[in-house]
Amino acid sequence: MSILDSKIPEGPLADKWTKHKNTINLVNPANKRNIDVIVVGTGLAGGSAAATLAELGYNVKTFCYSDSPRRAHSIAAQGGINAAKNYQGDGDSNYRLFYDTVKGGDYRSREANVHRLAEVSGNIIDQCVAQGVPFAREYGGLLDNRSFGGVLVSRTFYAKGQTGQQLLLGAYSAMNRQINRGKIQPFNRHEMLDLVKVDGKARGIIARDLVTGKIERHSAHAVVLASGGYGNVFFLSTNAMGSNVMAAWRAHRRGAFFANPCYTQIHPTCIPVSGDHQSKLTLMSESLRNDGRIWVPKRIEDAEAIRAGKLKPTQLSEEERDYYLERRYPAFGNLVPRDVASRAAKERCDAGFGVNKTGEAVYLDFASAIQRYGKEKALTSGIHDPSPDKITALGEEVIESKYGNLFQMYEKIVDENPYVTPMMIYPAVHYTMGGLWVDYNLQTTVPGCYAAGEANFSDHGANRLGASALMQGLADGYFVLPYTIGDYLSHDIRTGKIPTDTPEFDQAEKEVKDRIDKLMNGSGQHSVDYYHKKLGKIMWNKCGMSRNEKDLKEAIEEIAVLREDFWKNVKVPGSKEGMNPELEKAGRVADFLELGELFAKDALHRNESCGGHFREESVEQSGEQKGEALRDDKNFKYVAAWEYKGEPKDAELHKEDLIFDNIELKTRSYK
Amino acid sequence: MGGLIKSSIARKVAMALSGLFLVFFLLQHFTINFTAVFSPDIFNELSHFMGTNPLVQFALQPVLIFGVVFHFVMGFVLEIKNRNARAIKYAKYNGGANSSWMSRNMIYSGLVVLAFLGLHFYDFWVPEIVHKYIEFAPEDPTRYYTELLHKFESPVRTGLYVLSFVFLALHLWHGFASSFQSVGFNNKYSSAATKFAKVFAIGVPLGFVIVAVVLHFTH
Amino acid sequence: MNLTLKIWRQSDANSKGKLVDYNISGVEGDMSFLEMLDVLNEDLVNKGEEPVVFDHDCREGICGACSLQINGEPHGPDRLVTTCQLHMRKFNDGDTIYIEPFRAKAFPVIKDLMVDRASFDRIQQSGGYISVNTSGNTQDANAIPIRKEDADDAMDAATCIGCGACVAACKNASAMLFTSAKVSQFALLPQGQVEATERVMAMVNQMDEEGFGNCTNTGACEIECPKGISLENIARMNREYMKASMKG
Repeated sequence: MSILDSKIPEGPLADKWTKHKNTINLVNPANKRNIDVIVVGTGLAGGSAAATLAELGYNVKTFCYSDSPRRAHSIAAQGGINAAKNYQGDGDSNYRLFYDTVKGGDYRSREANVHRLAEVSGNIIDQCVAQGVPFAREYGGLLDNRSFGGVLVSRTFYAKGQTGQQLLLGAYSAMNRQINRGKIQPFNRHEMLDLVKVDGKARGIIARDLVTGKIERHSAHAVVLASGGYGNVFFLSTNAMGSNVMAAWRAHRRGAFFANPCYTQIHPTCIPVSGDHQSKLTLMSESLRNDGRIWVPKRIEDAEAIRAGKLKPTQLSEEERDYYLERRYPAFGNLVPRDVASRAAKERCDAGFGVNKTGEAVYLDFASAIQRYGKEKALTSGIHDPSPDKITALGEEVIESKYGNLFQMYEKIVDENPYVTPMMIYPAVHYTMGGLWVDYNLQTTVPGCYAAGEANFSDHGANRLGASALMQGLADGYFVLPYTIGDYLSHDIRTGKIPTDTPEFDQAEKEVKDRIDKLMNGSGQHSVDYYHKKLGKIMWNKCGMSRNEKDLKEAIEEIAVLREDFWKNVKVPGSKEGMNPELEKAGRVADFLELGELFAKDALHRNESCGGHFREESVEQSGEQKGEALRDDKNFKYVAAWEYKGEPKDAELHKEDLIFDNIELKTRSYK
Repeated sequence: MGGLIKSSIARKVAMALSGLFLVFFLLQHFTINFTAVFSPDIFNELSHFMGTNPLVQFALQPVLIFGVVFHFVMGFVLEIKNRNARAIKYAKYNGGANSSWMSRNMIYSGLVVLAFLGLHFYDFWVPEIVHKYIEFAPEDPTRYYTELLHKFESPVRTGLYVLSFVFLALHLWHGFASSFQSVGFNNKYSSAATKFAKVFAIGVPLGFVIVAVVLHFTH
Repeated sequence: MNLTLKIWRQSDANSKGKLVDYNISGVEGDMSFLEMLDVLNEDLVNKGEEPVVFDHDCREGICGACSLQINGEPHGPDRLVTTCQLHMRKFNDGDTIYIEPFRAKAFPVIKDLMVDRASFDRIQQSGGYISVNTSGNTQDANAIPIRKEDADDAMDAATCIGCGACVAACKNASAMLFTSAKVSQFALLPQGQVEATERVMAMVNQMDEEGFGNCTNTGACEIECPKGISLENIARMNREYMKASMKG
């Protein structure tokens, strides 16, 4: 079954990358000028890859659906970026970053890839600073760090609460330099609709100019997909409205295996859904859990009264509250990892203790932190016998200095003052660890087609640690892919320009046009959003935070039925010529309707609980860990890579066994 | 002048510098006029000096005229360019929500001031030039105060004069403080400088108005 | 609440547009402005009409895609928010709301409320970067200490999301706040010094070529900027430009 060669270099873990770089083939500068590379997606991974490839001398074409590369959703990352710089002298090292990432991923990632990630992490910070990224600094003028969940050192670099934005603008400025030199040709407001293969190799794409509606052919010697994750299969997520799986899914249909689609990260602290009109969810930074205490009422009557608006949370005494994370996980308390915190919130809400009108919210309360900081501040400012009001005021000042912008954002959205009334939060889909299967060189199973960033599956296993997504995107784009792709392209120096007037391009373009016609010619009963919301409901209820065999089987059937209905009855107004956002959405939802089914199939086959994937059938039955997630290393210590075979439910499984030579597999315990 | 207006920032700086120059001239003009309220002799003496000193007449006066012409020509150029930058107007534009009336209507306050300057030239400067350099009339160092009084006899003329200075105040209210920003002066002293500029913008035109009103009602 | 919307409809760049009235009911205060438009669009689609086209993406106020001139102000009446974060509780039952595209010669309309802001990209491409290759041997990030105040000011300038509200608010459709934010970010950092002269000249020239208006210091941009970018940046750019002009 396994035809998967991960191409991990031989040798000791710490030497693999250096040795590999030294031995792979290179393309000489004069030849690079004759080689074209297409990069789809211009977020952190795509933007940095495009800039670096152009610096090296390749002719790069970039594609993004936004009006500018600067708007890619990497921009929304708040917290920071990890790097093993050990500037704080707290014992950090490449090995520690590697170890934390593998452990945090619940031992479902590839050792060699993660170690390489840790090795280049320091270079990323150097590169970004050289580009003028304004990271936060201490008064001495040196870079500041903060700490994030799941680790014991301070290794997170940040730029206020807008780290993703600043890093993306850095990559975008590197791109701009190459655009100015003519080495990058940007195709903005363009969407990739298919991958074109010639003689089994990726040789171009079919794209739609979203402004004119024109279907275009673009050829290249290699295609890099950096099109992000697929969290929007849930309809509601913290992803941008346009984030989609189309590029990756089209490649999958052309032969690229899709790995671990069921690994989804559900972030515990998001602003809850307020009604049916909701279009997306807003994340509140993980850092809030440093000071906020999470609770629901102890008695179900109180929860009901709160939902009915008859009772206020502040009227409940300490004894009437259930600080369930502190109760269940005394060692880590409110700082348990994301997957654990999310499941615990769902468990309480499912049991009827939810506190907003939909019953899907828990409190994140800063009252005790305000009191604690207030007393401290009074003491340090020499105020004796401060009044309770004074303590509260001082405490609120401290909280404001730490989280002011988040509190303001919450107040704008929810219209409640979080200093007075506890915040309401609920988990939401945030990131997808799964993605296109790639080997050590980031090449998919289609030769010449590469995947970088969230679009590939490689580094986070079954759960991603905070501040690691930015690190991976930039590592892939700046430091890994531009070199590994040279090994492949070195065979193409005599190929010459790839023509687009070949039968392969004809065929691909025809298929794309037929598909658009089919979308435009639905019976016109329901809008695209109608289907997207229905799919989202199935995904959230049956493939969400906790999964079981029965639900997953139902989901597979329901999604197939929904997909059939979609193709018959979808309504796409307007015309295929010119700007038509409904048509764009329709194409994306059509692919989500296929991916969703594969997602459920993958979740069904993986009968273990690991990281973000929780199977109700696989829990600890006894002992201290009773009821917690139970990983099954004996049967599932592998990457599940799915090969497209027509219907998603017919996909064929290929396994890449994960080998852990350097790390001992352990149970994650937070008790 | 081509180099001076080659870019938007150069134009902006040129506008600010010519404006600051005119502000300086205004202060000097105001000082002389104001002496008329309490001492006709000092007024005559200063006016005589300004009217006959060759340095003032043949060096400063052309510079001043150039400054005025430059400032208003540039004002028109900018206005046209700025209007072109938004070919289709908003159906609803709520400028009051984010900026002052004065800042948005410099062209109108400027036009009123320009109209007044036209009047002033016709009324004062042209007769002066004719008097001095065409008719070569003999100089009487005490004529200025009487001529000044004569100007403010008519209530209509005085009213127009007052109105013009109200618009000058509106123009200065935005223009003076704004010129600091244009020349790149924006730091911890800015709020003090802005306050000074605002006081100046009210105070100096008010002073001119006082001179006119006092002379009108006392004679 | 029930609202009357006067929305600019224009089928493409070359056609003439006009304001069209729509009545919408059942709007809730918890909805964002864009969610209100989603409801309208769902309605239009179900009626077989073309939905209103507008730019949007992240819907959390950071990507800078959403725009809209709402009742004569970019991003509407609230301060320090983008349209996607503007909530309907800021409006009252029975209100009439004008919704127009950001208007500037340099922002041509693509369709309805969607405009082309590629001019901003071209300004950045002309010099809004530091020329450094991705070698992996760049000097250590802590090799040059930078005063915290300078780093913080650079960060404040760098928070610009490139939405174009400054241009939309300005009575002259000037792009000085946007351009100056980028110039400032690099002018405040030692890494940016080497190319400072070329950068400011190139970016200002490009800005002028795009057909943006001149700055007359009305300050509207600063008030309407969803990220609170300060006018100080414009003053800094003016200084940088004068300095660069003198260098030749």
